[in-house]
Amino acid sequence: MSGARLAARQLRYEQLAFWRNPPAAFFTFFFPLIFLVIFNLVFGNETIDVEGGTTKASTFFVAGISALSVVNGCFTGLAMALAILRDEGVLKRVRGTPLPPWAYLAGRIGFNTLLSLVLIAIVVTVGALFYGVDVPTSTMPAFVVSVGVGAATFAALAFAVSGFVPNAEAAPAVINGIVLPLLFISDVFIREDTAPGWLNDVAQFFPVVHLSSALQAAFNPFETGSGFRPWDLLAMAAWGAFGVVVALRYFSWEPRR
Amino acid sequence: MASSSASPRTSLSSTSDLAIRVRGLRKTYGAFEAVRGIDLDVARGEVFALLGPNGAGKTTTVEILEGYRERSAGEVDVLGYDPARHEQALKQRIGIVLQSTGVERYLTVEETIDMYHGYFPDPLQTEDVLDVVGLREQRAVRVKRLSGGQQRRLDVAVGLVGNPDLLFLDEPTTGFDPSARRQAWEMVRGLRSLGKTVFLTTHYMDEAQYLADRVAIIARGQVVAEGPPTALMGGEEAVTSVRFRLPEGAQGWPDLVPPGVRSEDGSVVIETSTPTAVLFALTRWAVGQSLELSELTVMRPSLEDVYLQLVGAEATSDGAGRRSGRAS
Repeated sequence: MSGARLAARQLRYEQLAFWRNPPAAFFTFFFPLIFLVIFNLVFGNETIDVEGGTTKASTFFVAGISALSVVNGCFTGLAMALAILRDEGVLKRVRGTPLPPWAYLAGRIGFNTLLSLVLIAIVVTVGALFYGVDVPTSTMPAFVVSVGVGAATFAALAFAVSGFVPNAEAAPAVINGIVLPLLFISDVFIREDTAPGWLNDVAQFFPVVHLSSALQAAFNPFETGSGFRPWDLLAMAAWGAFGVVVALRYFSWEPRR
Repeated sequence: MASSSASPRTSLSSTSDLAIRVRGLRKTYGAFEAVRGIDLDVARGEVFALLGPNGAGKTTTVEILEGYRERSAGEVDVLGYDPARHEQALKQRIGIVLQSTGVERYLTVEETIDMYHGYFPDPLQTEDVLDVVGLREQRAVRVKRLSGGQQRRLDVAVGLVGNPDLLFLDEPTTGFDPSARRQAWEMVRGLRSLGKTVFLTTHYMDEAQYLADRVAIIARGQVVAEGPPTALMGGEEAVTSVRFRLPEGAQGWPDLVPPGVRSEDGSVVIETSTPTAVLFALTRWAVGQSLELSELTVMRPSLEDVYLQLVGAEATSDGAGRRSGRAS
């Protein structure tokens, strides 16, 4: 079997196992959706200023929760899964077979990316059906590319972070401790312009805000161009490259003792 | 003549009756020497057991053979490969069953074996593997619902599905109840009849005694004894203990029976290398005196006795000599 087929096969087993744990699967989808519903209930009727005019707050939330979906699937979900698989010895066992390590990891990353995409599809559909958000057409390529770059970046960072998670029990605390504050200052739940300037400067250093900015741009109804945000994509890619370097040095197939 | 000793690797590759050959293996972690110069030979088709207390260097040694760890010094050859250099090629031909490895808990037994089946170039059929490990009835059960013994058998199934020439089994029956252990033992015996080489580590001496063709005992990173279990236990010349209780008021002592020692619980122990003659003389005397020797037992030293003696000695004296069962 070729490596790509092995990876695809691995992805199939990952998703098979995923659906066998219905509570976990349910909350994976429920979590971003409930944020979308709550924020729309509270702020949905307000209008917000975007480049070129004003639009409904719902537009902001759909783009923001799309960013959350990428971070949740490819960073939080992947990093937690790696910590658990490592502690249970699943990774060590796979390492003892001739399956190329990259094929196993590609299957794993592919599955978490797929999860993010399904989440985004649900969020955008709910936004369009219930909150009257316009789904972008001319900026759709920019949206898809931004999601792709974001997924790759956050997957790389998940591998990097997993090297510093001491054990599976500590994983939720460590991973959420890193990602939740960033989500709150990065244009995902709360608009940047309501926060002090220095906090936005801090946020600019990290990758989450670049993902949400890129997705916000694609959802901006006044966007006349392609909606690509090269600077944000570059910033994310730089973090992704950093993640790969750290992961190559610190990622472990075996439980840390 | 000179060319024959040129390269140890070449000489081993041609000596195809060895599955594993280790010479002068060392592994240090910082200043700590976990493995201090180990030599091992494992023949193809044999069940070889590595015994030793926790911290003796067992796991380190096995994980170097499997390619998980890099050695600090020495030569290692596993099925003609250097595990440090030919990891992928070697992994196609070995099966690894470690204690510390798991499988996805939400897949079924059959799905799990199928998944690993796809990783190998020339695997066994899933059906056959289910039979060998006795999980046919549980094939549709999810891993998380299996009992401990069944999960361990699934571990073996996953190690076996690649149709390995050499199977590493790390403490395969730890935590088993007695009947599950018996089943596991029969399974390992079945593997040998399939022609597999089995490299076993265990804490249980009876397990090694029952399963292994040869054992090596390591302590403090060195091999302290090596050979077939019977040879380690002293072979033909082993001293046998005859133990019994003398009834109250028994007088005298049988002719031709060496003097016994009274043990702490009041029974008499005679150590002899001719138990047949001693027993004959002893029982003839007792019957003649109308005495009943209660609790009469005849015992050969077990592997456990040898082990405790060696490992205990090693713990107190550093320079214990190497004992070889083949030397006798």
